[in-house]
Amino acid sequence: MGKKLFIDFDFMGLRKLAMGLSATLILISLISLATLKLNLGIDFTGGSVIEVGYEQAVELQPIRNMLESNGFGDAIVQHFGSASEVLIRLVPKVDQDKAELSSQIINLLSDASTGSFDVRRVDFVGPQVGQELAEDGGLAVLYALISILIYVSIRFEYRFSLGAVAALIHDVIITLGIFSLLQLDFDLSVLAAVLAVIGYSLNDTIVVFDRIRENFRKIRKKTSLEITNTSINQTFSRTLMTSLTTLLVLLSLFFLGGEVIHSFALALIIGVLVGTYSSIYVATTTALALGIKRSDLLIPEKDSEEMARP
Amino acid sequence: MVNHYPPWKNILLILVVLFGLLYAAPNLYGEDPAVQISHRVKLIDDGELGFIRDLLDSEGVKYRSIELGSGFILIRFDTAAEQLRAKTQISKLLDKVDKRYGVALNLAPATPEWMTRINALPMYLGLDLRGGVHFLLEVDIESAIEKSLKRSADEIRVFMRGEKIRYKAVQVESQTIKVRFSDEQIRDSAKEALEDEYRDFLFADSKDTRSWYIDITFLAEVLEKEKKAAIEQNISTLKNRVNELGVAEPVIQRQGDDRVAVQLPGVQDTVRAKEILGATATLEFRLVYGSFTDWSAAAASGKSPIGARLYRRSDGSPVLLKRSVIVTGDQIVGAASGIDSRSGTPNVSITMNAKGADRMSKITRDNIGKPMAVVFIEDKFEYREVNGKRKRFKTTETQVINVATIRDQLSKRFEISGLDSTREARDLALLLRAGALRAPMLIVEERTVGPSLGQENIDKGFKSVVIGFIAVLIFMAVYYRLFGLVADLALTLNLVLLTAVLSLLQATLTLPGIAGIVLTVGMAVDANVLIFERIREELRLGNTPQASIYAGYEKAFGTIMDANITTLIVAIILFAFGTGPIQGFAVTLSIGILTSMFTAIFGTRAVINLVYGRKSVQKLAI
Repeated sequence: MGKKLFIDFDFMGLRKLAMGLSATLILISLISLATLKLNLGIDFTGGSVIEVGYEQAVELQPIRNMLESNGFGDAIVQHFGSASEVLIRLVPKVDQDKAELSSQIINLLSDASTGSFDVRRVDFVGPQVGQELAEDGGLAVLYALISILIYVSIRFEYRFSLGAVAALIHDVIITLGIFSLLQLDFDLSVLAAVLAVIGYSLNDTIVVFDRIRENFRKIRKKTSLEITNTSINQTFSRTLMTSLTTLLVLLSLFFLGGEVIHSFALALIIGVLVGTYSSIYVATTTALALGIKRSDLLIPEKDSEEMARP
Repeated sequence: MVNHYPPWKNILLILVVLFGLLYAAPNLYGEDPAVQISHRVKLIDDGELGFIRDLLDSEGVKYRSIELGSGFILIRFDTAAEQLRAKTQISKLLDKVDKRYGVALNLAPATPEWMTRINALPMYLGLDLRGGVHFLLEVDIESAIEKSLKRSADEIRVFMRGEKIRYKAVQVESQTIKVRFSDEQIRDSAKEALEDEYRDFLFADSKDTRSWYIDITFLAEVLEKEKKAAIEQNISTLKNRVNELGVAEPVIQRQGDDRVAVQLPGVQDTVRAKEILGATATLEFRLVYGSFTDWSAAAASGKSPIGARLYRRSDGSPVLLKRSVIVTGDQIVGAASGIDSRSGTPNVSITMNAKGADRMSKITRDNIGKPMAVVFIEDKFEYREVNGKRKRFKTTETQVINVATIRDQLSKRFEISGLDSTREARDLALLLRAGALRAPMLIVEERTVGPSLGQENIDKGFKSVVIGFIAVLIFMAVYYRLFGLVADLALTLNLVLLTAVLSLLQATLTLPGIAGIVLTVGMAVDANVLIFERIREELRLGNTPQASIYAGYEKAFGTIMDANITTLIVAIILFAFGTGPIQGFAVTLSIGILTSMFTAIFGTRAVINLVYGRKSVQKLAI
């Protein structure tokens, strides 16, 4: 059954269209990141989050009123997962970023007549720690990109490594852009997901590059563009299969993994989709545009002769 | 052409499978409700075990088994209800024997003993899965340094007086002891004398319009030592406090330059835990200075006489106390709360160490009939904005909780009263027992997960792994037929190996860790997909089945290596720069990459060889 999947599609013929699409997506993402910004969670901004579970569904308004009358007017109160679970988020304020704050809220809730509850989760992040987490996260992304640049340069060629990094930056910007556009919560787990996307998308890109390198060495009569196209076709069924299986587990995480892992799974789903696309179009077209050609990938004479006689 | 592995490769594979099964197995046994008994000072040994067993038997406490852990006793129960009942009983019994026993609820792995002996233990569940509190505390090193400078300043003052050096004042400000002189010559000779006497300091000159100064600061290496000592003492105090709270398997460790991470699994009352851990409360005993008229005068003018300091009582009324302290909280070795038999108010009975008792008895002997005050001291923090920058400010709250006339010479043990509530008495006793913090600490991060959410996280995490896994298995089997089934086998083995390695490393499994496992499952398929697609390609090119299998594995190998190494690099960077949850994800991801390479390449090849290897095959089910 699977054999029919050996396709011969002119991927590269669509590369102008793809470039336009990528450019548009990146532009929208950047505009959104600049204007709407990321909806940063308390991991990065500092502040407190309290999640409580009531025995039955509760109205939010009485809780809001109660908090407001006790000086917590700027607390964000919302349902989390179900109508019986309530999430209270306290925006950090200069005189209010103390760990005791969550205790105060819990005491207020127990005094209020909104029903009995249990405390499911309390997160408090001091402003300094939040800043450090954000800096460490940014550094992690940066160092990941640099080491990939170096590794791919050594294993392949610098044009490939620039292509790979271009694809990764493309993926990161668009994933962040979607989180910004939809104003989804961006917390530490989403940052981990973004880093995992880098790993995944790179994995995909390397497989395509690997085939391009092999074909450059094997096929002599075709142009760089044709060879790239052949390589993408040859690896396409693999690209599709791996994306599908990964998406299968991610969808299972998204729907069944619970509220806490929701945005993590979503970031990865977006990342896998964008990453699959970028390894086909962004990485290869960048390498091509930089003028990669057969002679760049030939192994020194002596080795290639040995290769010819296996 | 035939495909077959030499016997050693097959044997290796079988050994790895057996190893994986053995070390993954402990995770299947679940946990027993248990009670853990430890002692604050000594490690519990066999003798103690016998004593406690006899005590429980004679008092009719029901339990399933009792055993000795490393320095503690573990008592297992059949049900959680029995566990709770027994905990209260045991606490009461042991309290009568020795107040320094700690009794805590725990969940003990129900792994068979022979497995425990070969170190086959279940994975350690993170706080997000078992419930509990994680705190990150920042140690205020500056105030620790300041405290120790103040002590040195007192010594220096005494030394100069002894040497008859005419100084004007000794002050501690901004991490420096400043000694003021009215004359340059005196200053220079004083400096020489001090330099001879004190080796830990750096001495510098300075002057302003009217006075000459010696600026004394710690030498860099001494400063380092002080910092280290402050953090170490804080950690040991925290350990004592956590023991007092009754927590099984707490983790308390230094993190970074000036932070301490505390993890308390299973703690429910986080409010109390927070109060106890961060509390800087301590006591000082001082003699009262002057009389009521002096106090009012000082309060009105805001100026205290030399050698005295103005304090406030809990009702706000002023009182002057002598500057020199009789004893401080860190000389207290024991404290217990109770009710005063005469007045009926809560009190704390205190036991001093030898040095403190000595000083206490000497000073009280000389001052019978005079009043003495107990001062309660607590450091508090707040953030204020200064020129657009957040700055931390410390305010020290001092309060005189009790002034009483010394009737007798006090010695090692005595009682203090004047506390507002039994709870206050209990907490103060706990804090005095556990020892003072050398430097105040501030909670800079807190993550609490309630037990219900923990269980839900386990259930949902487990369910999502299983369902995602089964979906992939079905998908592979349908698409690659026999080869797909072989890949499924490898995937399963990968999950077993991953669990085995994580258990063997005693890595902490967190929710992001589970996500890492799920992602590994998704990506582990990739290696097989690469190989199988290659085999299909080779077949399409008209190669024989055997040659196609061979070439498929050979050609895919390099690609798999490159792809996995790059992902591994990302995982390592995640580990290096990430904190807790991200690191958990990175660990599972990197171990998963390694095990999946083994199972997807080596494992599937062995099975494929077994199925097709020696026969002359016409067609492959791929």
